[in-house]
Amino acid sequence: MPEGLQSAATTLNAGVPISWYLILSAILFTLGVAGFLFRRNIITVFMCIELMLNAVNLSFVAFANMHKQVGGHIFTFFVMVVAAAEAAVGLAIILTVFKNRDTLNIDEINTLKN
Amino acid sequence: MDIFFFLLFATVAVLCGISVVLQRHPIASALSLVGVMGSIAVLYLMLGAEFIAMAQMIVYAGAIMVLFIFVIMLLNAGAETRRGRSWMAQLLGVPVLIAFFAIIGYALQGRFAGVEKVKFGNFTGGTAEAVGMALFTDYLLPFEVTSVLILVAIIGAIVLARKEL
Repeated sequence: MPEGLQSAATTLNAGVPISWYLILSAILFTLGVAGFLFRRNIITVFMCIELMLNAVNLSFVAFANMHKQVGGHIFTFFVMVVAAAEAAVGLAIILTVFKNRDTLNIDEINTLKN
Repeated sequence: MDIFFFLLFATVAVLCGISVVLQRHPIASALSLVGVMGSIAVLYLMLGAEFIAMAQMIVYAGAIMVLFIFVIMLLNAGAETRRGRSWMAQLLGVPVLIAFFAIIGYALQGRFAGVEKVKFGNFTGGTAEAVGMALFTDYLLPFEVTSVLILVAIIGAIVLARKEL
């Protein structure tokens, strides 16, 4: 096998550094924060929260792989359960708000302001 | 092959994530979010978390996103109207977010130099058996508390969705 091909094959088989997973998690979390801050539709804001939860779950699982322990998976499992409960209650709140105010724009839902 | 698959699915996740933030219509955002969750499930599989990957597909991409799409269709939510934002948000928004990402990146850099690289198959402790064993021995109390949380969420959702509220 030629020298260059062999080194390319070694690079491909080397595996992924753990920090790449964490950087990916940071990118997804930042995107979630961006959507949470910039979007005006309350449902989209809610989806951006789910995106942030997913990003944190990814770093939990990456750390579980790094330490070779199952604890990170348990935490991810609990985050999923909390996200499911939060989605059920949050979407019920959105339905009620829409029924009463007839809007989904978070700028117009400001009863608690001042 | 690990690097190839990681880069492929990381790219899909980031592109779908950008799409979640930029799409004007909530349905398009929701479908992009399904893409993010699917590619994250593949990454879980590569990290050796089989049970979590399946739970991600079933609970997140299956149940939670269907709930979202039901609500979007029920409310007949249309495209978001473009509004004038405050000059501070327009001027400072993106730079502050980049600074936020840079702080996270700075905290991470150089800290994982000597750590073994992730290869598919070098960690097999994420099977349903291992997760279940940990869940029902070491983490039994949090697991039981979770069931109370879900009960509260069910009651809350029913109370909020009643007709006369």
